[in-house]
Amino acid sequence: MSATLTLLHDGRSDEVAVADLAQPAISPEDLEAALGWELQPEGLCRGVVCVPVDQDALVSGDGLDLRVFADALQRPLVTDEKHAVASLGASHHDRGEVLASLQAPDFTLPDLDGNLHSLGDQRGKKVLLVAYASW
Amino acid sequence: MPDLYGMINVPTVVWIDEEGRIARPNDASFASNRFKLLTGLDSKRHLRRLRAWVRGDAPALTPSEVRKHQELPTAGEQEARAEFTLAWWLSREGHDDDAERHYARAGELAPHDITIRRGSMRTRGLNPMGFAFLKIAIKSALTRNPLYRPLKDSP
Repeated sequence: MSATLTLLHDGRSDEVAVADLAQPAISPEDLEAALGWELQPEGLCRGVVCVPVDQDALVSGDGLDLRVFADALQRPLVTDEKHAVASLGASHHDRGEVLASLQAPDFTLPDLDGNLHSLGDQRGKKVLLVAYASW
Repeated sequence: MPDLYGMINVPTVVWIDEEGRIARPNDASFASNRFKLLTGLDSKRHLRRLRAWVRGDAPALTPSEVRKHQELPTAGEQEARAEFTLAWWLSREGHDDDAERHYARAGELAPHDITIRRGSMRTRGLNPMGFAFLKIAIKSALTRNPLYRPLKDSP
């Protein structure tokens, strides 16, 4: 491993070691620590969920190819090689499935005083969620 | 929040019931008629419905109606959000020139996503209240692809 890639995902960022920024592959340990997935005989697994994957394509040298990983989970991966940064987005399938379940996705945001509030704190009340911007 | 809820412009309002379930999906509505001339949206209809729901005088939408009205995220929209996240990070790190390429790509992937296109204007040195936004608004009107998309349910 010869370079460090900043991986933006799920509202956070992790620094992971890669051999080649043009074809980023990360160690199985980093994959599990950063993204919570591990390679099992069944495929890519997180908890009780396993997703089939072409393991020959996924394993790249000592690492796991991030693009193959992203494709297997239908997550978009975009990179900027010059600045050694990649952004791993959420799968449209996963986002759509949650919304179609009608369970409102939970989130936490600060108020003007910096106090954190979660949507889940409002359970038991009707909530009007208003997204606005001053641009 | 736009990513979690598939929002593509603001204002977007969502009704959530006591059990944390979506009772009315993404809807474009203002709290007043201040922008009615510009947007064509009359806030009174939504506010009347909202009051009736909160007071228990009228139900929200049924689950099947909610699903019928939902516009679920597409692969292109999710890739645009990933590009936007990358561009935002590059801007914050002082790499504005390189960020621009990713902002532009995000706009190409989801040209209808105003949270991305207008939301990136300040960091790109553009005025989100000025000509840059006006161009988007004019194109939207000419292509009949409205910037604001209220739910098309009963009056």
